Amino acid sequence: MPKHQLYLKLLALFAVSLILIALGCVFGSTGIDWRFTEVDRTILYEIRLPRSIGAYLAGALLGLAGAIAQGLFRNPLADPYLLGSASGALLGVGIILCLSYAGEHSLVTLIGINGGAFVGALLGVLAALLLAGGYKSSLRLLLSGVVIGVIFSAANSLLTFVRPDLYQSLQSFMLGNTSLITWNANLMMGLALIISILLTLLLSPVLSALSLGENTARTLGLPLDQLRLLLIAVLALATGFAVAQTGLIAFVGLAAPHLVRHISGGRQRVQLILSSIAGGILLLGSDLLAKSIFAPLEIPVGIVTAVLGGGYLLFLLRREQIGISK
Amino acid sequence: MKISDLNVYRGPCEVLRNLTIDIPKGKWTSIIGPNGAGKSSLLQGITNILATTGCITIDDVNIQNLDRKARAKAIAWLAQNNDAAEEFSELTVYDTVMLGRIPHQGWLHIPSSLDHQVVQESLNKTHTQSIASRFLHELSGGEKQRVLLARLLAVQSDILLMDEPLANLDPPHQADWLIWQKELLAQGKTVVTVLHEIQFALKADHLVMIKQGKLYFEGASKDPATHRALIALFDGRIHLEKLGDEWISLPV
Repeated sequence: MPKHQLYLKLLALFAVSLILIALGCVFGSTGIDWRFTEVDRTILYEIRLPRSIGAYLAGALLGLAGAIAQGLFRNPLADPYLLGSASGALLGVGIILCLSYAGEHSLVTLIGINGGAFVGALLGVLAALLLAGGYKSSLRLLLSGVVIGVIFSAANSLLTFVRPDLYQSLQSFMLGNTSLITWNANLMMGLALIISILLTLLLSPVLSALSLGENTARTLGLPLDQLRLLLIAVLALATGFAVAQTGLIAFVGLAAPHLVRHISGGRQRVQLILSSIAGGILLLGSDLLAKSIFAPLEIPVGIVTAVLGGGYLLFLLRREQIGISK
Repeated sequence: MKISDLNVYRGPCEVLRNLTIDIPKGKWTSIIGPNGAGKSSLLQGITNILATTGCITIDDVNIQNLDRKARAKAIAWLAQNNDAAEEFSELTVYDTVMLGRIPHQGWLHIPSSLDHQVVQESLNKTHTQSIASRFLHELSGGEKQRVLLARLLAVQSDILLMDEPLANLDPPHQADWLIWQKELLAQGKTVVTVLHEIQFALKADHLVMIKQGKLYFEGASKDPATHRALIALFDGRIHLEKLGDEWISLPV
């Protein structure tokens, strides 16, 4: 695809992003009075704008994580949710919340919810890799991710069983929720997104080289094992920081890279950036749906992405070119 | 390139034992042997894909002492087509060939104008310039093989290792491949191929025969002793016949 066409499409995606953020500020449980009273200003600047930007940033992190996962594991169905890293992040959040309720403030302050989610996400994806005996078998890796997801969810349920006072907070994380995103959370996600994108762009030749198979990539003089581990860490960073603010959001990471593949024209760096933008659009769009389907009642955005993403996954599975090697 | 006492391991299994081979510089060496003899493993041992013990030297420099990039620049490897046939490969032809330039790029891997020039030349040489913007997974087996050859050429290494380079190529492109071979040799490159097609292997300067993980014979391809060893390697199930200046092989 010629460069100017790519720039046009990039510009169009940015325009869609801005329009969605603006719509996110307009739609809500109450209308906005355009005379801008103090209350309206608070609703706009303290609730809707941070929420819209936050949903976009979380989606962008998940979209990027999905693109990394699919490129790294050579698996079109890999995403943070299916690889066990999202459920690992959620367990990390659960443990940190549990410790904070138990009064372990020093540890909680040291690690924080973001740190807990990052460590959990890293452990989740490493556990899935360990269980699958590596990344060579796509099917085994996905099944291991599902198993790890189930085990980690059970561990989270155990946390709520042991500490029933945690139930409501954790339930909100399990369903995926953007309504509590603050400016501070946006700052954290923004920083995580910048770091993740820069590192991924730097490491993207590994993803391109792996397209030709593990062995060919090894002969190109890249320190493959170290770079692969670094990419897994970036995957965990992006997933962890998104989950720490919004909870479990399924399938954004799976769908975003597929939606932009034909626009990126096979250029790995472009694909990574576009996946991130598409992730932001998908989650913010889903958030708008979550706010407006049963307005003024609002449903957790995780439910909307699960329904939309589940349908998309079925569509991908039925499409001929998406196969899973044993 | 000198290979001394080389053992190659695939996981815990030793697939090649005590190989000592002298691969002549600037010549074409062809490795042949029955299925499962360890031909591909030898190439993968040289490129450090498989674990090895022993010594491999290029111009008296032990390649184990070279850093990753220097080794990648010195030796380029072409995988068997089915190894490289990733079902999920969204690379374009141009970007695939550009991967051959990775060993020459800095840590940011931004392609230089020289990189683009070399890629263009490699595409032209393999007649793949017209499909440069297509995706690798959309191509036929033969087209893909030519693109992977272009990727190999783009490395501009002095030693080229090719595992089944003729797989999926139709006769006109096989003839083209032979022309590229001659060009590479004229440039002073050392070429090592693993070939199943014995009549093509016989066009090489030097033959290395491997059987059950061990060196069976090595010698000049035109040498009658090499021909006798070749027939014995395949248990007398082939017959060699001279056709003009060339030798051809027929199954018996």
